Amino acid sequence: MKSAPFGYLAPVSRQEVLAALRRYGSDAKLLAGGQSLVPLLAMRLARPAVLVDLNRVADLAYIKPWRGGLAIGAMTRQRAAEHDPRIRERLPLLHEAVRWVGHPQIRNRGTVGGSMAHADPAAELPAAASVLNAKFVLASARGERVVDAGGFFTGYLSTAIEPDEMLVEVRFPAMPAGAGWAFTEIARRHGDFALVGVAVILRGDADGRCTDARLAFTGVSHGPLRLTEVERSLMSRRVDAPAADDAGRLASSLLDPEGDIHATARYRRHVAGVLATRALLDAAGRMRGAS
Amino acid sequence: MKRAPKQAGAGTRQLHGVRRPARRAAPATEREVRLRVNGRDVVRSVEVRRTLADFLREDLSLTGTHLGCEHGVCGACTVLFDGAPIRSCLVFAVQAEGSEVTTVEALGEIGALSPLQQAFVEHHGLQCGFCTPGILMSAHALLRDHADPTDDEIREVLGGHLCRCTGYQGILDAVRAAGR
Repeated sequence: MKSAPFGYLAPVSRQEVLAALRRYGSDAKLLAGGQSLVPLLAMRLARPAVLVDLNRVADLAYIKPWRGGLAIGAMTRQRAAEHDPRIRERLPLLHEAVRWVGHPQIRNRGTVGGSMAHADPAAELPAAASVLNAKFVLASARGERVVDAGGFFTGYLSTAIEPDEMLVEVRFPAMPAGAGWAFTEIARRHGDFALVGVAVILRGDADGRCTDARLAFTGVSHGPLRLTEVERSLMSRRVDAPAADDAGRLASSLLDPEGDIHATARYRRHVAGVLATRALLDAAGRMRGAS
Repeated sequence: MKRAPKQAGAGTRQLHGVRRPARRAAPATEREVRLRVNGRDVVRSVEVRRTLADFLREDLSLTGTHLGCEHGVCGACTVLFDGAPIRSCLVFAVQAEGSEVTTVEALGEIGALSPLQQAFVEHHGLQCGFCTPGILMSAHALLRDHADPTDDEIREVLGGHLCRCTGYQGILDAVRAAGR
């Protein structure tokens, strides 16, 4: 399998990237880590006229403090994020999620921004971004704008990024003090695409009653899926085994996943409920009452 | 057969009755690349769509790097790219400009196998050998960074490789033995 011919640009600055996007528009495709795009090129499911390689652009790979949380440059390798002590400490859910992305050999090359921009329906990082209320910084020759996770993921392999825009940074607000969290998924083998994955953040009061619940699935819809009905059902409850069971069953009943050769729709729906229950109990176990 | 997508900027355009000059033609589809492969400087002109894997095999005759799936699933084409194991089928050769690439040819040779390669022989870590070069490169990097990895650490790295004949236990044994 070989890519169809394309023109190749290797800009070294953001300005050069934005100029190329303005010139070529939707004829151009940005190349980040290439772990999803290059297979699409090889299978000729994508045939851009011009590939704009971001790997030589200065100042796109960094992790820096942002309002108590962290801002991650779009070209930060997943492997770098996985091993960053600040992410592990301040955003443990993101640390856990990134460890589920592909294999070490994939994470050595794959990027945080690339995973978000590609928006695979089974991807881990979009689900993590969804519960962490991440903000996406999009740059174009027209200027910069910031889009919330809720507005960034717009459908199957689709995002709010316009043809003349590039994702330059993903901002993760600090996790609330005392919040419990969990990320887990089921795949045929570790490193394969998730059949179902779930990310959870829980906050509670001093009595352990839930004051904030966020739950997002991956692998069961066109993109990361927040189930607000399940989130609301947990409010003011102690997240114990019966509550987590109820929430898992409710999640299962609300989901309408598609079946494929890897798993039937029914199996995915069932597993999603079981995973939600497990993740909620894990998150509740990590939760500390606000004081 | 599908038509190729419209090339950006070909010819002139008529827009709102105003004749505009043609946008600049699409960038070149061939490019010179300079890199180091197994400690040797290499300069070649390559088609930009040529993957690093094809470049190693076809342009440099380094056929130790194998190609299985050609879309990043099987791991047979794993090489070290600036020291890190990656799929060479998912990187274009032009992206290796200024980089250091290490292939299985750098590990050892017949009659002078590396300790890791020797461990594969002794622990039945291969049968047909197709997946072996990629696994050796991943395991080489693992042992370079972790002198005595746990089985879980070895398994995590092996997870990025498919072997369809031996099963993975012999491979695990070989890497574990080489780490000691």
